[in-house]
Amino acid sequence: METLHPTSGYTALLLGDLLRELPRAEDFFTSLGLPLPAGDESTETYFGRIPAETLEDLGIERRELGERFTAFMDLLVVLRDKGNGPAIEAITILGGVDKDGAPEDFSLTIRPGEVISIVGPTGSGKSRFLADIEWLAQGDTPTRRRVLINGCAPDPARRFSLEQKLVAQLSQNMNFVMDLTVAEFITMHAESRMLGDVAGITATVIAKANELAGERFSPHTPVTALSGGQSRALMIADTSCLSISPIVLIDEIENAGIDRRRAVHTLVGEGKIVLMATHDPILALMGDRRLVFRNGGIAALLETSPAERANLAAFEEMDARLTAVRNALRNGERIDRL
Amino acid sequence: MRLVTVAGPPSSGKTAVIIRAAEALRADGVRVGVIKFDCLSTGDQALYERKGITARTGLSGNLCPDHFFVSNIQECLQWGEQSGFDLLVAESAGLCNRCAPHIKDVCAVCVIDNLSGVETPRKIGPMLKMADLVVITKGDIVSQAEREVFAHRVRQVNPGAVVMQVNGLTGQGGYELGRLLAGAEETVSLTGRLLRFSMPAALCSYCLGQRKIGSDFQMGNVRKIDFS
Repeated sequence: METLHPTSGYTALLLGDLLRELPRAEDFFTSLGLPLPAGDESTETYFGRIPAETLEDLGIERRELGERFTAFMDLLVVLRDKGNGPAIEAITILGGVDKDGAPEDFSLTIRPGEVISIVGPTGSGKSRFLADIEWLAQGDTPTRRRVLINGCAPDPARRFSLEQKLVAQLSQNMNFVMDLTVAEFITMHAESRMLGDVAGITATVIAKANELAGERFSPHTPVTALSGGQSRALMIADTSCLSISPIVLIDEIENAGIDRRRAVHTLVGEGKIVLMATHDPILALMGDRRLVFRNGGIAALLETSPAERANLAAFEEMDARLTAVRNALRNGERIDRL
Repeated sequence: MRLVTVAGPPSSGKTAVIIRAAEALRADGVRVGVIKFDCLSTGDQALYERKGITARTGLSGNLCPDHFFVSNIQECLQWGEQSGFDLLVAESAGLCNRCAPHIKDVCAVCVIDNLSGVETPRKIGPMLKMADLVVITKGDIVSQAEREVFAHRVRQVNPGAVVMQVNGLTGQGGYELGRLLAGAEETVSLTGRLLRFSMPAALCSYCLGQRKIGSDFQMGNVRKIDFS
């Protein structure tokens, strides 16, 4: 059978052929609560024989079923072929204005594998900056910034494309809420991405998460039973391998139970662009550059200087000493000596 | 005037999302009014008014809330015209997951939240499946994976809709939603317009005030569970 293209008349094809090509086509029927058509039946025929009463109950008109099925199949083909699209090599943000209308005057180009720190007080414009990237602002947001992909203004349709969402977010407040085990959870995420080797990628994500977490966990642990550190580790491993988005925003990840430097390396290793909102000097200095936010705009773009890098060793030593004190406290020891 | 219908399960964040979009639009000089449909009581009108947004409430009381909606929406439109709004938002809760207040050629928005669980998109009927724009809320408290899976499930049941994340607490996405609502079609009159889907069939003895349980007391449109 020929490879499906978005223009094919899906409804005339036999279901058996469709399922061989795109097994997840069956989700269309399960998501509506309909039994699967027979393998040697076209969906057109199948839709024709659904009782009117069933359609009433579903709240769908017969002619709409075909339209919806076509839209669904188009979506599957796009998901399957997404790897064939042009990769993101660079995202450029052209400065606009701050809250008072003063020009920002910067042009920032970020590439996969880069780490950029974001600093500034609450309300200084960090969220709006992220939103401008998400929305692919073209001078049409309050900041008047413009976002380019691979040096060009992106196709306007991209703004609403879930498959091409630019920013994934990871913050302190996020929790798992699904009632599933770790393995079921990651499998579900991988399936939604229409990946071929779901079992393989699931195992990889769980192994990576265990490398990051202080305490190991099994694939059979319910996600809601993971500790804070384990949850964060699983979120980072999952985002690095399975998220659609090339940019990952990390918002003030706490120090407990996870190796944060390794976490950042994991994301960068998978070709993500890491934006890190943090006021922790050790994390901030992991960035190649840092964006300083003030009054709704970017006030400065600082390259991490050699002197700052040299200080990193000193900060790490201080951090190690404080960690040792914390561990002593946890072990029931006295902390009367420095 | 532009009209949009916003529907979604209770506590999904409809009011917070509308307030965020209205605030963003007000900064651009767009006059927004809200008509809130609810069943028994609502404090949302006060919530809107505290934010300086003109709002009215329609309580359906002991009538089916969606039938109440259809019987009143034309008058709501007139109120909006007389009040000089540029955009009127009709907010209503979808209570039985089967109804939808969405009207053909009137921008239809469905608000659902990430916390409601990944099976929820499949359980909601025309309110979600026939919306033009699906707003997903409460993304700040669930993982990236859950946000992606949830959005994917929404796309499965409504492949044609624009799906976006809006955070009612932080306002993230509110500006962008406002831009989309401000671009809705102008609606001059609703008389003769069609609902996107028929309301569920009703009219049994219980609609008419019967309270006794048992087959002898059931008349009209009655359906039984098949235990065979």
